[in-house]
Amino acid sequence: MKNEFSLNKLLLLFLFFVLFWAPYIQAKKSKSGFEFNSKIGFETRLFQDSALDSRQHGNNLSIWFETEIFKEWKNKKLSLTITPFFRIDENDKERTHGDLRDFMLHKTSRKWELKIGIGKVFWGVTESQHLVDIINQTDSVESTDGEDKLGQPMVHLILKPQASTIDLFILPYFRERTFAGLNGRLRSNAYVDTDLTQYESSKKEKQIDYAFRWSRTIKIWDIGLSYFSGTSRSPNFIPTVNGAGDNVLIPRYELIDQTGLDLQATIGKWLWKLEAIKRRSNSASYSALTTGFEYTLSGFRKSKADLGLLVEYLYDDRENPALTPFDNDVLLASRVAFNDPASSELLFGFIIDLNNEEKAYFFEFSRRLKQSFKLSIEGRFSSNTKPTSVLYSQRNNNYVQLELVKYF
Amino acid sequence: MNKPALVLAALLLIPLLSFAETAQEKGLRISKKSKSVDVGWKDQTAIYKMVLSDRYGRKTTRAMHNRQMEIRNDGDKSIIVFDTPRDIKGTAFLSHTHINKPDDQWLYLKSLRRVKRISSNNKSGSFMGSEFSYEDISSFEVDKYKHKFLRDGKADGRDCYVVELIPTYNYSGYTKQLVWIDKKIWRPIKMDYYDRKDSHLKTLMFLGYKKYFKTFYRPDEMKMINHQTGKKTSLLWSEYKFGNNFTKSDFDVNALKRAR
Repeated sequence: MKNEFSLNKLLLLFLFFVLFWAPYIQAKKSKSGFEFNSKIGFETRLFQDSALDSRQHGNNLSIWFETEIFKEWKNKKLSLTITPFFRIDENDKERTHGDLRDFMLHKTSRKWELKIGIGKVFWGVTESQHLVDIINQTDSVESTDGEDKLGQPMVHLILKPQASTIDLFILPYFRERTFAGLNGRLRSNAYVDTDLTQYESSKKEKQIDYAFRWSRTIKIWDIGLSYFSGTSRSPNFIPTVNGAGDNVLIPRYELIDQTGLDLQATIGKWLWKLEAIKRRSNSASYSALTTGFEYTLSGFRKSKADLGLLVEYLYDDRENPALTPFDNDVLLASRVAFNDPASSELLFGFIIDLNNEEKAYFFEFSRRLKQSFKLSIEGRFSSNTKPTSVLYSQRNNNYVQLELVKYF
Repeated sequence: MNKPALVLAALLLIPLLSFAETAQEKGLRISKKSKSVDVGWKDQTAIYKMVLSDRYGRKTTRAMHNRQMEIRNDGDKSIIVFDTPRDIKGTAFLSHTHINKPDDQWLYLKSLRRVKRISSNNKSGSFMGSEFSYEDISSFEVDKYKHKFLRDGKADGRDCYVVELIPTYNYSGYTKQLVWIDKKIWRPIKMDYYDRKDSHLKTLMFLGYKKYFKTFYRPDEMKMINHQTGKKTSLLWSEYKFGNNFTKSDFDVNALKRAR
């Protein structure tokens, strides 16, 4: 059994952290040359409807912490970053989890950089989904937007010939995606049983993956070309019945080759964006793309606020709603940066499926409280979901999430 | 008067005429001189605090540090890293300014490890919620303006030339700027900004100039007042350092990701 902790013990550990670790590191900071940056988050999710499966939780509480420990030597040419993360969830044992977001040694020289350890890399330009971004596994129990990532073991060499950047990666260990457990709420009807995980590679998670990216800025253009060969970060699912007699999904990770292109043209107030991938595996090959624009009006109606309009088209040539929710979809969204002392921000919009008219609405609002707190409120809702679609199992999961984060 | 005497008188007048510059020529000369005394600093780093005050005097403070590199015959390059408030600590802003084309700007969002190229046409947009807009913090380049000398004047008790600057670049939030240039140190002491309706929008004061590196004057404080809203922003500078031997590779996207 995984993560069989008692919640009380974890709460005690958490309290210990707040009471002792935080003041300790604050005091240590100036002496040791180590820099500490910590965050504690308090989160609650409130659901509109009762769960489809009575074993799934209703409203939920959760707390998390993350500390970044940083030190540099030799005139800033060598640095070490260590970032442990931990979350305790009231109801979902799979969401109660820890991860090393970073454990990275970073050597810098004028012509090259070398990073060895565990870390995070982002590739891409679009907002609705991140097709090209493939180095890190998604920590999907964290949030539904797919932007939280698990630390990836890597050797990362950065070369800088002329105005280009070449990134070379050796990825010696595979991280499994996290999924909500039996009692978790944001899951499919048959939950994903990560005890049954299968791999195409006989080396399983020890399969070594490779990746490469070339990128360059030429005037208004930012161009990235990438290639990945190894175990896919997104699994296929095989329905089965597990030992406990539950209908579950087995995650199966295939070996793939993926070629990616990301492109942005920055023209006046317009950011024109394109991400496209071609993915090949033994079972299937497909292409997908996201393309669109972001238009920003600053000083909207005499205020200091910036108003942004986002439009993106999402396409996947499998056109199968059981495999991807974004086969032929459009994102319409607006971002308001209020530019006030509290740095208030609002993002809201929806994604509509042009084939079956499913809609997914969202809003995200955040602002600073005092100097060291941040309050975020987000909501995610779906409507008109179809039984053939991956979104159908989320039809009772409309929720609003409140989160308060303390920084120190 | 006979003819040769007239010719002689005319010949004598020629040098006088050529010295009587127009207001435009004098304005340009003052702006060029002001720019030239600040040429050759190569690079610098500094720490600064940004104090925002609303019309009731309520204050919020931000801390950041920057590095800059002088680029001859083009705009400067700079990276700004935010230190506080702590939720934006590590967020960094890279800017390649240009004289006759839009600046290139990138933002690094640390929690996502994401670099985002952003639109630089928000010149009139607020920099970090302050009373400074992006064009106010961009490097001063002579070719970005039309210049006109208006009068002699005083600012902060110093004798100054008052020069009108009319932006020639696109998307400026201003119809004109008046700058008070100190006659002794040739640095700006005061700027008045006029909005698109030509009404007086903001005043910037440069306070506490000190000499660094034997030659270069830098202010301790830049204080911007918005007359239309009553809001103020002060930039309090410290720890200016010159001679860092930066190269262009300290101002690219890879450097932005490492900046802290």
